[in-house]
Amino acid sequence: MDTIKLISILAAAFAVSIGSIGPALAEGRSVAAAMDAIARQPEAAGTISRTLFVGLAMIETMAIYCLVIALLLLFANPYAG
Amino acid sequence: MAASPLTSTILFRAGPVDITRPVVTTWVIIAVLAAASWLVTRRLALRPNRRQVILEVIVTGIMGQIDDVIRKPPRPFLPLIGTLFVFLVTANLSGVLPGVEAPTGKLETPAALALIVFIAVHFYGIRARGFVGYLASFAKPKLIMLPLNIVSEITRTFSLMVRLFGNVMSGEFVIALVVGLAGLFLPIPLMALEILVGVVQAYIFTVLATVFIGAAVDTVEPG
Repeated sequence: MDTIKLISILAAAFAVSIGSIGPALAEGRSVAAAMDAIARQPEAAGTISRTLFVGLAMIETMAIYCLVIALLLLFANPYAG
Repeated sequence: MAASPLTSTILFRAGPVDITRPVVTTWVIIAVLAAASWLVTRRLALRPNRRQVILEVIVTGIMGQIDDVIRKPPRPFLPLIGTLFVFLVTANLSGVLPGVEAPTGKLETPAALALIVFIAVHFYGIRARGFVGYLASFAKPKLIMLPLNIVSEITRTFSLMVRLFGNVMSGEFVIALVVGLAGLFLPIPLMALEILVGVVQAYIFTVLATVFIGAAVDTVEPG
C-alpha cells in the first residue's frame, strides 16, 4: 500500500473523529438549553422543540461536512490513482 | 469494501446520456406524486370528505409555515415550496422501501434541487424589487459587503446541497455497513432513525429555501 493511501485513510479517520467533537459539544449544549426552556415554560414546548430540531440539524451539518471530506478521501481521492 | 457512495450505477443509455439509478427513482417518484395529486384533487367539494380534509391540512400547514417565515401572502411561494417539501419527504423516505435507494442520497439530486432554489431566489427577488433594486440589495449595508454577499450566495447554495446529501447518504451508508457486519435485524433502529432524519432534513431544506427567498424579497434578515 503506498504512502498516499495510508495518509488518506488516517486523514479520513482524523477528520471524522476530531471534526465531530465540536458538533457533539454544541448539540449537548443546545439540548440542555432546550430542556431548561421547556422545564421553565412547558406551554412553549412545541415551538422550542421545532426550533431545536432545525438547530440540531444545522449543527449536525458541520459533522456531515467532515464525513463528506472523509468519504472524498476514501472513495474519490484524486491523488491516489 | 462497500460501494462508493459518490458514484451511481448506470442502468441504461439513452443516446449519449447515461441514465443512472437515482434518475429512474426520481422519475417514478414524480409519476407517483403527479398521479396522487391528480387523484386527490379530482372532486373537490365545499363540504370536504376525509381525503380532502387531509389534503387541506397539508396545504394550509405548508402555507402557515411559509407565512411564519416570509410574513407576506404565501400564495405566490406555495407552488415551489410545497412541491419541494412533498418531493423531499417522498424522496428521503423512499430509501426505506426494500430495494430502493433514496435519490437524495446521491450527489446529483441535491445538486439539482439546490440549483432550483438558487434560481428561484433570484427570480422572486427580481420580481419583488425590480432588476436594479435587486442588484442594489447586494451592496447593502455598505458597498464593501458586495463580494461577501456574492460569495455567501454561492456557499449557502453549496451547503444546502451538501447538508441534504450528507445526511441521507450517511444514514444509508451506516445501515449498509451494519447489515454487512452484524446481520439482518440489528439495523432496524437505525432505519427508524433514518425516517426521522429524512423528514427533518426535508423540513430544513424547505425552511432554508423559504428563508433565502424571504431574504431576496426583503422581509426577513438574510441568514
